[in-house]
Amino acid sequence: MALNAEESGRLAALLGGHAEQVTARWTEIVTGSLRGRLSQAELRRQVQDLHRAIVASGEQGAIDLSAENSAELRAALSELSRGRARQGFSATETTISVFALKDVLAELLQDGGGANALHDYIAFSKLVDELGLFTFESFVRTRESLIADQAEQLLELSTPVVKLWEGVVAVPLVGTLDSARAQVVMERLLQTLVDTGSPYAIIDITGVPAVDTQVAQHILKTVVAARLMGADCIISGIRPQIAQTIVALGIEFGDIATKASLADALRHVLRLTGVETARRQPRRDI
Amino acid sequence: MERVPILKIGDILLVSIQLDMSDQTAVQLQDDLAERIVATGCHGVIIDITALDIVDSFVGRMLSTIASISKVLDAETVVVGMRPAVAITLVELGLSLNGIRTALNVERGMELIAAARADELEYQLDDDPDAETAIP
Repeated sequence: MALNAEESGRLAALLGGHAEQVTARWTEIVTGSLRGRLSQAELRRQVQDLHRAIVASGEQGAIDLSAENSAELRAALSELSRGRARQGFSATETTISVFALKDVLAELLQDGGGANALHDYIAFSKLVDELGLFTFESFVRTRESLIADQAEQLLELSTPVVKLWEGVVAVPLVGTLDSARAQVVMERLLQTLVDTGSPYAIIDITGVPAVDTQVAQHILKTVVAARLMGADCIISGIRPQIAQTIVALGIEFGDIATKASLADALRHVLRLTGVETARRQPRRDI
Repeated sequence: MERVPILKIGDILLVSIQLDMSDQTAVQLQDDLAERIVATGCHGVIIDITALDIVDSFVGRMLSTIASISKVLDAETVVVGMRPAVAITLVELGLSLNGIRTALNVERGMELIAAARADELEYQLDDDPDAETAIP
């Protein structure tokens, strides 16, 4: 796939000789495809970087993308695709920035390529294809790592265990509860119970969009595990539709206390622990 | 053969299991505990399993048996200090240790026994006046 030294030299000479013209035309083609979502100046800078990298590695001899001396070219391509992936451009919009070089080369060779213009064009376009594929791969890699990071952040963000009162902790569940999340929630809750020595835990499911048999199963398991350790769980935040679903599905919560709101659950626990809650008399100004 | 020590604290017997239980040790522990409950007249047994990494069906059954024996001898049994990992494993196995009281730590366990004991005494005291009025 790689170009031999002679072809590389010709490519470098061709691109280097018409530097202004090449970058201008290249930028123009890419601008058309991006529909003004990237500033002209920034696009021009990116194209110039790529152009410089290709010319530089062409002057050093045979261009081979996997070789040692193409490190700069690879870095430029990775930089381009990483930037595009983070800014939310599509794969097509990213790779077209590289494939646009083909059009530019075709025009250049048409104008004055000499006898072996066709041969050169085929060799050059093979190289451009390779560059495009490399760009696409690093684009996908960046997107995948973005998704993995986000999934991890989601797992961390969505399962806080908060202390409501002396001896009372609460887990406000937000979002759909799948097996992996349920496991994390269970482990965190149980660990917090041990760490804080709290005998009461409130599981608030206000933020859970739907409760099916599987989600109920996860919640029940957590409650039973907490009981084994000597702590009592109360389920709160059951919305009207959820209550109907639970009854329709025939899910049995047994002797686990369920409350409509977090406030009710806290009041229930405080009564169990013997804390008196009294409304304070309004202060009267004399 | 290794034996599990049984400590007496006030009205409570404290059993801290620090080693992997074998059939022999378990039977020995049941014997010792029954004898100590009768000898000391204690009304509470706390079994501390903080040091246990693994609680399988065998240990689960042993705990149930001890609880039943103590119950017959009028002593309340509380299992304390179960680790989160152990609790999760037991739930996944479908073992729920029915009929065994649990508490987070020894302190809570003692409170639990004291509360249960207080309820019982209150109940007996409530009964007494009626008994006295009934006699004459």
